[in-house]
Amino acid sequence: MPTFHAHVEVSHLPGIADPAGATVERALPALGYTNVSEVKIGKTIRLVVDATDAEAARQQVKEMCERLLANPVIEAYEVTIT
Amino acid sequence: MNTRVGVVLFPGTNCELDVVDAIDGRGGSAEVLWHGDDTTKGVDAVIIPGGFAHGDYLRTGAIARFSPVMQAVTSYARAGGPVVGICNGFQVLCEAHLLPGALQKNAGLKFLCETVELRVETTSTVLTNRAEAGDRLRIPINHFEGNFACDERTLARLRADDRVVLRYMNNPNGSLDDIAGICNEARNVVGLMPHPERASSTLLGSADGLVLLDSLLAAAGQRATMTA
Repeated sequence: MPTFHAHVEVSHLPGIADPAGATVERALPALGYTNVSEVKIGKTIRLVVDATDAEAARQQVKEMCERLLANPVIEAYEVTIT
Repeated sequence: MNTRVGVVLFPGTNCELDVVDAIDGRGGSAEVLWHGDDTTKGVDAVIIPGGFAHGDYLRTGAIARFSPVMQAVTSYARAGGPVVGICNGFQVLCEAHLLPGALQKNAGLKFLCETVELRVETTSTVLTNRAEAGDRLRIPINHFEGNFACDERTLARLRADDRVVLRYMNNPNGSLDDIAGICNEARNVVGLMPHPERASSTLLGSADGLVLLDSLLAAAGQRATMTA
């Protein structure tokens, strides 16, 4: 079975506060960067999956995001398969 | 016979013995439920105590949700059994979809360990039936991820259904609508970030947690009579 590399970007859903992003945004002006806004912090998950084709790999990774890799209650995710 | 309370132990849980001691001190009979066993052993109430279940890897409670005991806790909760999640236990109940919303990092990214003042918002739950609405309780918090988050619709429903159980008087962590604890629709599952077991004796600085523990024991006693 072919091997696919999956790259999953997990971020906050719109309207859900991002405490880490907000804290970093408040810290940057102390270093002189006063022109920065909309800092968002998420996480990246990379994994390798054996599947019949790219679409099957994508479907499985999306299912894994729904069930474990992301919390759909407050997080969005984006899957890239290569 | 004493009311039996099961206290769930995951790898990484660290508040189970404090909870056992507090429950036994109020005349209950606490026993530890190992996370690997798919049973609640016929207890009259379940507490998921604080700690770092499965190291809190990925997200707090994310891995704990898949422990065999959680299948038993979920069936027990759906059948009306009293279930309370304290701190990490609250996070586990949210990940297990027994409670809505999620707990994320505190605003300001500070780990908080302090006694806070809470207001009891509803007495119609397994954790507050012995309290009065409006009661002020001083109970410690001890968490990095206690910042309650949910979408607007969920918050509106929680408010309309009177499901916010406890609110912070001075919001310490950025929690939405000052929420410190919520319950499910059937009001038999409650999650809260403060630790009532750490406010179970004036020697500890506060005995304000006792009314919550006594409420749970009362609900458990009622459950024991019903199922006997």
